[in-house]
Amino acid sequence: MPATAQAGETIKIRTAIQHPMITGHTDAGPNVAPRKIIHTFAVAYLDAEVLRIDVAPGIAANPFFAFNLRARSSGDVVFTWIDDTGEVIVETRQLTVT
Amino acid sequence: MGGLRVLCIAIVLIHSHTIGAFAADGPLRVEAQPLRSASEFLSPALRAEQADPIRNRGMLWVEQGERLFTQPPPGGAPSCATCHARAETSMRGVAARLPAVDAASGQLVNLEGRVNECRIVRQSLPPLDYETDELLALTAYLTALSNGEPLAVSIDGPASAFYAYGQQLWNERQGQLNVACTQCHDQSVGRKLRGDTISSAVPTGYPAYRLEWQTLGSLHRRLRACQLGVRAQLFELGSREYLALELYLKSRARRHPIDAPALRR
Ligand code: HEC
Ligand code: HEC
Repeated sequence: MPATAQAGETIKIRTAIQHPMITGHTDAGPNVAPRKIIHTFAVAYLDAEVLRIDVAPGIAANPFFAFNLRARSSGDVVFTWIDDTGEVIVETRQLTVT
Repeated sequence: MGGLRVLCIAIVLIHSHTIGAFAADGPLRVEAQPLRSASEFLSPALRAEQADPIRNRGMLWVEQGERLFTQPPPGGAPSCATCHARAETSMRGVAARLPAVDAASGQLVNLEGRVNECRIVRQSLPPLDYETDELLALTAYLTALSNGEPLAVSIDGPASAFYAYGQQLWNERQGQLNVACTQCHDQSVGRKLRGDTISSAVPTGYPAYRLEWQTLGSLHRRLRACQLGVRAQLFELGSREYLALELYLKSRARRHPIDAPALRR
């Protein structure tokens, strides 16, 4: 994502994360691997949630999400991924609005 | 299985004897055509994805590799960067001249082997297995630092025997389908096989992110997939067979610039 934007401008944000997205069906034979997928991707901007995605098991490994955000004022954009094991990955990027 | 292989080899030998196709200095000499990388055969969408550092998922491993290189490993061992300083300068070009023969052991060592040697000897850490995220990350990072550098492996002196072995494996028919690497990657380039277009097997994009794998994979893993395709007995990742083939492939594609991590179907 860009580090700066003008007020009112729509910026494009693209994210990718390393995650195997194990559907539970990947093991051949009688053993079923426990499902381990990212089930939620959420984005907060200026302390308010602006995006939440419920991710389905059919999503490929290392999921990529792209979306638009309207810049209002300077602040943090906080990205959160949550997977089935309860692991929470949080990344924060600062957006400076001029 | 063993019996079948022996039989296959016997047929190849008889065959070569009768038509002289498998002469010692390389069979069925193909007219010197320019080698064609698999990147050329990617769809425009996949090619754009490969060129985009955010959409090329292989870059996630490159970033992980940079972290692994600079941060000290748990347990107090020195980080890679402690000895190698700025990898951008100290490691530039290294991936282009590997595999190479290690003077001390006389063995052929590739990038994976070099990284593991430093882990064992310099960091007192256990070696990383092929296809672990850590080894893929370090090799992807170090290879990407040589992007644009032309392949420049040596096949002289002590390397010549390994090269000859790799060339022999390249030309030898194998598996239940009884097909040699050369029959696909020299003689069938541009033809379709199960939805793929056969390339010249230019190894400049590895480790590569393969959609079928849903992850990054080493060159040796790709070679396994080819052997599986002809229902051959698989060699071990990191085996002398794959190392010799790696040297052969990299010499055959010499002067082709490294372009990793590539995206593959
Ligand atoms: C204590 C110092 C030390 C540490 C720590 C260390 N190395 Fe090395 N490394 C060396 C030395 C010395 C050589 C040269 C060895 C030789 O030429 O035989 C070398 C060689 C290499 C080479 C081959 C370079 C070439 O020109 O062929 C690679 C690749 C490499 N190291 C990667 C790594 C990685 C990755 C790590 C961390 C996992 C690491 N090293 C950790 C000292 C170190
Ligand atoms: C039956 C045909 C066939 C045979 C035999 C075969 N391969 Fe392949 N190989 C393929 C196909 C199809 C691909 C995927 C498309 C491509 O890149 O060529 C591939 C891909 C590769 C690649 C990856 C190219 C890239 O840039 O992604 C390498 C390297 C390779 N093969 C080497 C070998 C070697 C070495 C052998 C012999 C041990 C071998 N192949 C035998 C069909 C074959």
